[in-house]
Amino acid sequence: MAGLASTLGAGAMTNSIREIENAPVIFVIGSNTTEAHPVIANIMKRAVKKGSRLIVADPRKISLTRWAARHFQHKVGSDIALLNAVMHEIIKNDRHDKKFINNYTEGFEKLMETVSEYTPAYASGICGLPADEIRELAKILGEAEKVALFYTLGITEHVTGTDNVRTCANLQMLLGNIGKESSGVNPLRGQNNVQGACDMGALPDVYTDYQKAAYPAVRKKFAKAWGVNSLPEQEGTKIPAMFDGIIHGNVKALYLAGENIVMSEPNQAHTVKALEKLELLIVQDIFINETAEHADVVFPASCFAEKDGTFTNTERRVQRVRKAVKPPGLAMDDWWITCELSRRMGFEMGYTSAEQIWEEIRSLTPSMSGITYKRIEHQGIQWPCTDEEHNGTCYLYCNNVFPCGKATFQPAHWKPPAECPDNEYPIVLTTGRRLYQYHTGTQTRLSAGFDEICPEELIEVNPKDAEKLDIKDGDYIFAVSRRGRVKAKAWVTDRVLTGVCFMTFHFREACANVITNDVFDPVTGTAEYKACAVRLEKI
Amino acid sequence: MKNISLHIDGKYVQTPGGSTILAAAKQNGIHIPTLCYHPRTRQAGKCRLCVVEVKGLPGLQVSCSIQAQDGMVVLTHTERIIETRKMIVELYLSNGKHNCMSCEACGSCELQAVAYHLGIEKSDFPAVDKDMPVDMSCPMIIRDMNKCIQCYRCIIACNDIAVNEVLDMGYRGSKMTVVCDTDKPMGKSSCVVCGECVQLCPTGALTEKKAIGKARHWETEKVRTTCPYCGVGCQLQLHVKDNEIVKVTGAEDVEPNYGSLCIKGRFGYDFVHSPLRLKSPLLRKDGRLEEVSWEEALNFTAKRFSEIKQAHGPDSIVGIGCARSTNESAYVMMKFMRAVIGTNNIDHCART
Repeated sequence: MAGLASTLGAGAMTNSIREIENAPVIFVIGSNTTEAHPVIANIMKRAVKKGSRLIVADPRKISLTRWAARHFQHKVGSDIALLNAVMHEIIKNDRHDKKFINNYTEGFEKLMETVSEYTPAYASGICGLPADEIRELAKILGEAEKVALFYTLGITEHVTGTDNVRTCANLQMLLGNIGKESSGVNPLRGQNNVQGACDMGALPDVYTDYQKAAYPAVRKKFAKAWGVNSLPEQEGTKIPAMFDGIIHGNVKALYLAGENIVMSEPNQAHTVKALEKLELLIVQDIFINETAEHADVVFPASCFAEKDGTFTNTERRVQRVRKAVKPPGLAMDDWWITCELSRRMGFEMGYTSAEQIWEEIRSLTPSMSGITYKRIEHQGIQWPCTDEEHNGTCYLYCNNVFPCGKATFQPAHWKPPAECPDNEYPIVLTTGRRLYQYHTGTQTRLSAGFDEICPEELIEVNPKDAEKLDIKDGDYIFAVSRRGRVKAKAWVTDRVLTGVCFMTFHFREACANVITNDVFDPVTGTAEYKACAVRLEKI
Repeated sequence: MKNISLHIDGKYVQTPGGSTILAAAKQNGIHIPTLCYHPRTRQAGKCRLCVVEVKGLPGLQVSCSIQAQDGMVVLTHTERIIETRKMIVELYLSNGKHNCMSCEACGSCELQAVAYHLGIEKSDFPAVDKDMPVDMSCPMIIRDMNKCIQCYRCIIACNDIAVNEVLDMGYRGSKMTVVCDTDKPMGKSSCVVCGECVQLCPTGALTEKKAIGKARHWETEKVRTTCPYCGVGCQLQLHVKDNEIVKVTGAEDVEPNYGSLCIKGRFGYDFVHSPLRLKSPLLRKDGRLEEVSWEEALNFTAKRFSEIKQAHGPDSIVGIGCARSTNESAYVMMKFMRAVIGTNNIDHCART
């Protein structure tokens, strides 16, 4: 998100889901769309049936490749090298959009300088693709009338995540694929309200609408609206720094609403160590999960079907959530619980409904000020929507107007993942999701049928590696990293290249995050879930 | 496209050029029954129930497949048409095991609805002895091909809407039936259980396994909401009876999904009613989490937060919000951390 915010202006999908169907070329990099965003994948596949060319760049032979015109299976963590070489070729063959670059961007010289050393031959050595394939990708993207680029966590979950995102944005700016329909840079958000939680300012440096906490005027505006004298100036800490703070003793209490961090954060032992060191852990959730087991207090929360409110989807669309059933027992809305704590600490928020909270949000949030519950009764509205006459925004940067004047190229050099394979740990572990489970499994594993279809963790192992290690399909094996070991069943498959294996974090019995590496992108604090070094052991 | 005008049942109507007769009628509030046609699967031209008479054309015309022409004169409810429709429906009824009594689709079945409107009690044709095994192999979907009317909607849904390319028509002649892959049981096929076919099936041939016996269609309240899984934000209809979600379908008339869902959105709802749901606040006492009142849990927490803030400063408290809860809850949480605790230490797992 930070990568997009710094190049284009807003940390969100530039375009809309419905525009996918008309994109002449769809370029999917680092997104297992059919499993993680199946309904968007349907639209991509429909586009293919109508004549779009679907191009997939992914280290795994994901299901989407079945519908792709071309699959470029580059190495885990080599995205920048690949895309820089693609840009090198595009510029060399004069296929870049000079008008767009001259009129609407800054920093093109810097980009040229950076990508100049990424010849296809050089990049080939990093990403494991033949130089001709890199040239071919550059030709496809360079010759296309328009390209719509999609990425997910395959791009962001690296120590170079922000640079990866910037590089995707650089490519689309170079080709002038910004500010028009069926194009753009489109991150697909993995959880129902990640976009919304960011938009709402549940981040250490911004208030709603990404209004910076560092600006006195912003703090003054919110302090006035909330009726407090002052608001904190110093930037807060991101999740990884919170854990470090706990371990170093600076952080004493954690208020955790609805995240199962023991399962979802990298290097589980480190997370548990931090939780055990806390003086006070308050958990607000719908189940006792692996994290809540460490809590001092657990608040029972209502789930999506038991409350009113809004979620914001990946295309910036604010949509209604409606109460359909009563919560079990004494469970209450998240906001009610927080308000009650607030009241007891001497600050009366006084909300009586979700709509009342929304009214306050929109009064302080310019990009959503035109969105009311009444207006989204039937269909959600995409921000920016600045007043009640505004119909919302399908795609950003129409007429090439960018929030900071011009779009900025922010070229980056390729860097390897923080932990690379060696003699002791010779295989790269990359992680992700399966279609038939979700996240840490708290919802799908308690819904009938899912465990029947997808009952346990499967480690994807390439047949050549399996043969070398004498592992057969269905054998239980250990995956061992410097941080721990996990036992799971081997799935011998050419979905992964030699030297690579794949796991998920769906199963508490065998969670990849026991062994993933707790190193983070310095800007966003995103962990490198997509690459660490492991050893596979036959049992 | 330029509008054209025609007469339907004596009424002068207008429609955009290129529309079918069926579309022209529908736009002007004239009902023509259909079974294979659905706005999302478009015309399949299979069921022939939408036949009409067109002045100057011989025989009956299939209105879903014939373009309306300027000046056309169309009749939709003549005796001849009604008799033909009755015959078609009776043939369907005789060619399958359509026992409405405990059929899951009763109340939402389109075959039942047309039979009702045509006043058909039973079929005059001899019943074909159909006894195909019911495919229960998929954990989420039941396939009873004895109730299939071969309308092709499921096939179009699977191939052209969800584009999973699993379902097709297999065999020919009287053995013709919808198959998964090379006639595998659904649970052993390449089906990814999105349920698009179930949602578009007009009869009880494809039904949701978890919903069986839970509620009749008319007994449930339908509540529109947003899916709680990934970021696509699909619009759902929760079918609710007696405070229980008994079924989920995709909302067909809105972005972003226009009725499509995946396995999680369509079938991953019963965690809501899991007996493992937290029902009471818990407070750790003597090392164990024990059920306490809201009052006790909230008072304890507020007191401890205040004490820690007092002793170690506001930055010694951190908050992790929720990327699954509502905007309103996320906002209140960040407001609490900033205005009440007095720290910017607020984050959420935006990154996993």
